[in-house]
Amino acid sequence: MSIVEFLAGILYLSAATLFVIGLHMMRAPSTARQGNLISAGGMTIAVLTTIVFAVIDSGGDWIGWAALIVGAALGATYGIVRARTVKMTAIPQLVSIFNAVGGGAAAAVAFADFVAHLSVTSLDLTMSIPIALDVAIGSITFSGSLIAAGKLQGIISGKPLTFPGARVINVIAAVIALGAGVLLLLVPPNLPLLLVVLVASLIFGVLMVLPIGGADAPVIVSLLNAFTGLAVAMAGFAIDNQALIIAGALVGAAGTILTLQMAKAMNRSVGAIILGGFGTGDAKTTSGAAS
Amino acid sequence: MIETLFGNLAIFVLSLLVGVEVISKIPSTLHTPMMSAANAIHGVVIAGAIVIASVANSPAGYVLTFTAGALAAANVFGGYVVTDRMLRMFTRPQPTAPTDVTQKDAS
Repeated sequence: MSIVEFLAGILYLSAATLFVIGLHMMRAPSTARQGNLISAGGMTIAVLTTIVFAVIDSGGDWIGWAALIVGAALGATYGIVRARTVKMTAIPQLVSIFNAVGGGAAAAVAFADFVAHLSVTSLDLTMSIPIALDVAIGSITFSGSLIAAGKLQGIISGKPLTFPGARVINVIAAVIALGAGVLLLLVPPNLPLLLVVLVASLIFGVLMVLPIGGADAPVIVSLLNAFTGLAVAMAGFAIDNQALIIAGALVGAAGTILTLQMAKAMNRSVGAIILGGFGTGDAKTTSGAAS
Repeated sequence: MIETLFGNLAIFVLSLLVGVEVISKIPSTLHTPMMSAANAIHGVVIAGAIVIASVANSPAGYVLTFTAGALAAANVFGGYVVTDRMLRMFTRPQPTAPTDVTQKDAS
């Protein structure tokens, strides 16, 4: 371990500490805002450390950096403008959109890492497993969160949407994603296979959220938020980056607990919401009664 | 290779446990801000976008870097700003509430 790696590790550790302290302070309304600022401080440390370390470690070429800077500037502008101007009542759907883009970013990171290793004859399992999982989970949260945002916004009907064969298509999409994912681990790096995982997971995400009632949508957004956390952690495994693993796992676990608490506060069980969503008819009756 | 994996797995599992502990029993008014705060934290994926920018060396790599950078930046910047906006509603009444109580007590 070089001195630079050691320093980067220490800085990542302090960023992770600030994330945990920030989340902890968010448990009480009086300290919540300060907690969010502390978490943002941790984020600043993590990002600056990564930039310095990436420049020293591999350098990269100017086109890659230009693509990153232009992309990040556009994304940051969109995020800040929307966050500042959105109506208070429309915040839940905006959070869902931010969750969607997070999942998409995680999938893109794993995809890029895979593309960078296309020339090797066989990819180590410690890399191919997290890449496959990341692309699958990230794509599900991307399309699923967009549908949930549409439901909260009212663009897509808040009623549970089902059509004949929806459940069958969903199962087929899951099986195809799983099959392509497993095959991906057995053969040399194969781009079309990863694309199959990507597309099948996108379809699965759409069909998973469409049948869920608008009243249950916030719980599903929270669940997809936890999914994104796990996708980010998988991206961390793929590119061997501790900041992503720690923050991703933290959000994955915290998001899961939060989902359970939200469902409990609504007197619903997460299982009933999801299974209802898969067409048992439970979500239809319950959310129909709620609305 | 295997030592790196084991170290990362240990970090992963311990972070999961911390995540469970840190969020147990929060008031239901904070559910949405907490979800938004967690959403902002997974914006750390922008660090992943930076890493892939430093290794990108093909047109596909550049396009994916651009995509990851744009999506992750929207997540992290938007996430923190919108969470702060939500939480401002919680902190503002805080200073006025105690003064009201003392005024009542005084009268």
